[in-house]
Amino acid sequence: MTDAPPEAPLLRSPLHEAHVAAGASFTDFAGWQMPVRYSSELAEHAAVRTHAGLFDLSHMGEILLVGPGAADALDYALAGRMSAVAERQAKYTVMLAENGGVVDDLIVYRTGPDRFLVVANASNRRTVATELRSRAEGFEVLVEDESDDIGLVALQGPRSLEVLADLEGLDVWPGARETVSAEQALTELKYYRSIPAEFQGRRMLIARTGYTGEDGFELFTAPETLRALWDALLETGRGSGLAPVGLAARDTLRLEAGMPLYGHELGLTILPSQAGIGRTVVLEGKGDFVGRAAIESGAPADAESIFSGRVLVGLVAEGRRAARAGYAVHRTESDHDKVGVVTSGALSPSLGRPVAMAFLDPDLSEPGTTVFLDVRGSRLPATVTSLPFYTRPAK
Amino acid sequence: MSREDELRYTSEHEWVEAADGVATVGITGYAAGRLGDVVYVDLPTVGQAVAEGDVLGEIESTKSVGELFAPVSGHVTAVNDTVGATPELVNSDPLGEGWLVRIAYTELPELLDHAGYQAITEAEG
Repeated sequence: MTDAPPEAPLLRSPLHEAHVAAGASFTDFAGWQMPVRYSSELAEHAAVRTHAGLFDLSHMGEILLVGPGAADALDYALAGRMSAVAERQAKYTVMLAENGGVVDDLIVYRTGPDRFLVVANASNRRTVATELRSRAEGFEVLVEDESDDIGLVALQGPRSLEVLADLEGLDVWPGARETVSAEQALTELKYYRSIPAEFQGRRMLIARTGYTGEDGFELFTAPETLRALWDALLETGRGSGLAPVGLAARDTLRLEAGMPLYGHELGLTILPSQAGIGRTVVLEGKGDFVGRAAIESGAPADAESIFSGRVLVGLVAEGRRAARAGYAVHRTESDHDKVGVVTSGALSPSLGRPVAMAFLDPDLSEPGTTVFLDVRGSRLPATVTSLPFYTRPAK
Repeated sequence: MSREDELRYTSEHEWVEAADGVATVGITGYAAGRLGDVVYVDLPTVGQAVAEGDVLGEIESTKSVGELFAPVSGHVTAVNDTVGATPELVNSDPLGEGWLVRIAYTELPELLDHAGYQAITEAEG
């Protein structure tokens, strides 16, 4: 008889006490105990769409690559052309396996000529760090998993800019010794760009990125600075309707924005092109990279997978019953053959209708096509629609 | 005596208020809190015969789906149509306005008192 290995204790964010004090409910997520909601996920969702929301993303992985070979190493390790990313620019990309399937989707920030910050999903942090280290062998670069030493919060929503610009103790440095106000520097910061800053004298990286479909910022700083930053942002944003937001609303926000989630719309048996992110794979202007041969062959990542040969679509239904991940999609109201599978689904808080993302047979993927969802034994009609479900109103 | 103390409970996180052969049934505040914001409630039809343990309906939040079980055998005498239109009542007033069904019964099974139910929720954390 052998003893079962002891279960690893759940990791806690540096903001855990703040969440407890705010009355949060918690969930286990990728080995972390994280807030799933503070009071109402619908109210939190609405706060991000209409005002602003603050997210604790301490669970995300941050891996730093430093050295003259960093850009070339990333060109080989990832599917995108990281050497073409300018300093202070960020890029959404993927790490592929040899079969062309997705190891993880990533945001890569170039923070210096020889310096890149790779942000990975919590569940893939170790894999991505290990793969980056092994793929970077032979390049002149150091790969460091800095996840324990970098904290991350996201400020998202139409009023994010005014909240961040009002934050006391924030210094934003747009360039060499220019005297520009924080507000001006942040206003001029474009989407998918980052800028170095300081909060209460501690280094911080501000990026105009996010996972909600709204304008917003992601703020990287030392874990020990995170609590002061969190409290100060909530205090500053009180008059702007800023609310702390848990993982439940984070999921409905990204779903409405048509953004894939690893483990749902992305995985080792799914090619990027199937998931609608074929643009992240760059074959021109760079040499060999892991997964290139598989992508060029056009072969499925895994011919046996339920995703094989299918493509990601959006589905919208009537009523209030939502299809959930794993539910089957059928061509008609009564046939037995499955033509697809739902990977994410919820009653969309913004639309008030059920929405889902699903992998469907390509002949059914045209917007306007009607398919049937098996919602726990009932067949409910749904209409194929182009993603995203929600686009933020133009200013 | 508080409302919590007057009610009886099942280990499936439902409450039962039994009077004159009719059991009013809902889900507990603990269960509603675990589900999150309730956005859809599917209830049985009036007159339907039910046996203890039968699945009577579904309670859906943005994140998950919970089932409503019959805590007693009998037949459905009423369903709360108001929660169909305003499912958030299950969160805001689970033991009152958020009631779900009424079942006429002949025999009441053994149910938990408030202390017994609290022991279950504390064990679940």
